[in-house]
Amino acid sequence: MDINQLTKTAQAIRRDIIKMTTEVNSGHPGGSLSATDIITVLYFMAMRHDPKNAGWPDRDRFILSKGHAAPALYSALARSGYFPVEQLLTLRKFGSPLQGHPEMGKLPGVEASTGSLGQGLSIASGIALAGKLDNKDYRTYVMIGDGESEEGQIWEAAMSSAYYRLDNLTAFIDYNSIQLDGWIRDIMELEPIVDKWKSFGWHVIDIDGHNFNQIIKAIDEAKATNGKPTVIVARTIKGKGVSFMENNVEFHGMAATRDQMAIALRELGE
Amino acid sequence: MSCKRIYGMATRDAYGKALVELGRENPAIVALDADLSKSTKSVLFAKEFKDRFFNMGIAEANMVSTAAGLASCGKIPFVSSFASFLMCKTFDQLRMSVANPHLNVKLVGSHGGISIGEDGASQMAVEDIALACSLPGFVVLVPADELSTMALVKLAAQHKGPVYMRTGRPKAPVIYQQGTDFKIGRANIVREGIDVTVIANGLMVQEAVEAACACSERGIDVRVIDMHTVKPIDKDVIVQSAQTTGAIVTAEEHLLAGGLGAAVAQVVSEQCPVPMGFVGVNDTYAESGTPDELFRKYGLTADNIVRKIEEVLKRK
Repeated sequence: MDINQLTKTAQAIRRDIIKMTTEVNSGHPGGSLSATDIITVLYFMAMRHDPKNAGWPDRDRFILSKGHAAPALYSALARSGYFPVEQLLTLRKFGSPLQGHPEMGKLPGVEASTGSLGQGLSIASGIALAGKLDNKDYRTYVMIGDGESEEGQIWEAAMSSAYYRLDNLTAFIDYNSIQLDGWIRDIMELEPIVDKWKSFGWHVIDIDGHNFNQIIKAIDEAKATNGKPTVIVARTIKGKGVSFMENNVEFHGMAATRDQMAIALRELGE
Repeated sequence: MSCKRIYGMATRDAYGKALVELGRENPAIVALDADLSKSTKSVLFAKEFKDRFFNMGIAEANMVSTAAGLASCGKIPFVSSFASFLMCKTFDQLRMSVANPHLNVKLVGSHGGISIGEDGASQMAVEDIALACSLPGFVVLVPADELSTMALVKLAAQHKGPVYMRTGRPKAPVIYQQGTDFKIGRANIVREGIDVTVIANGLMVQEAVEAACACSERGIDVRVIDMHTVKPIDKDVIVQSAQTTGAIVTAEEHLLAGGLGAAVAQVVSEQCPVPMGFVGVNDTYAESGTPDELFRKYGLTADNIVRKIEEVLKRK
């Protein structure tokens, strides 16, 4: 896939996110839209995976530790071929495998049950450790929220992943600077985030999380890094792509109305 | 089973021994500990299988979720720490990383109950069984002695899904002889009797046996059951015992809330109502002391079981 195709796919995923959350009038559009470009690169370019054989032992894994961004993950899975795109509109509805937050075993392609924040990096670290034990060359990717980084378990996992030299593990921080209650810097300052991860023994790359070239280059750099895990600090915009959602804390956990959806979809190229 | 107490190995020592044997049989077995391997006895595995042992440092939450990741790739992780830290510190990790996806993680909490003794309340798990039983899909095991621990550790490894096993610090009285058959979810009747049934587990099995011996001298014939699996509980033996003996006393080294007694009572009240009595720690944290002193203070003794037996017989 070239940059042009990635851009089109990301826009399609963003439209899905808006449609899915408005349909059920619930969910987290803001943090899903900020995560979209990275998830698009992972599923449509970087990762080795087979939607027809979701349990393939040699597949690359992706863990969405910030489980509330589930709509972005579900859309990427559907558009990769794990399940029909039409099923996306069952998000959060009774009987649907598209649970409010991802649940392993309910939907093919979901690698962990997440949503209680702080656990995904540890799970990813266990998967990477198993890869080392079995001499397999699959890679494990995990996306952590910036607000989620306030959880102590993230730093426990940062410590152990570096100690066990898990260079097959790549973490993304979706750094959109907003958490549920407001701006991160007003609630629990994360900076200096690059220095923090470096001091924990990680290779750190600081990028614009909406720039496809930078995302691709960072993933390549992570693959080429030996002896330590890589964290990609991706500076993103909450609600990216929808003018009235961008940097708007209200859309952390609130869906657009039908009228707002129409505007959003127009802005997203429909 | 003997009226006279004969000490064998502590259940934590038996766990360490069984884990090494499992490691030799199955390369998928891995072990994790949180800087307590010398106490939990996972150190025995660490010595023999250096590459398959991960000391995660004093970080139990990360240890449990890491084990979940390993299990999702086909490993069979045995995760050890003190029962208090393994269950109480990591409940959310157990819930979301392990129980929700029903992953094949085996959690072994050592130093369970108040028999850890002198270290005091912070190190004593008295809530661990209740926590483990509340997790959907979990199997919960409390072995009584060396032989039953060895057998149950191996059965736990064969079982597909999450298992919590509690082991203890002090030497455990010998209950079983070689050749005894064990099955997860099926209790062992360690002494037959017709007047009343005592259902116990862990160190309380021997107390129950001694209570039965004391009752026998007074003409009361006590059946003693080792309910080593608290979940799924052996309903058949409970119903059958209620029908045969008409009264039940439970005995456990755990809070009365949410443990063995509660699990038995749920079956009894629904399927075979008979008078019941409960021996366990009654809504309090214990304190420092020798295990014997603590067992006496909190009523975890053969004498107290005898008193409960007399009480339920009056209500029969």
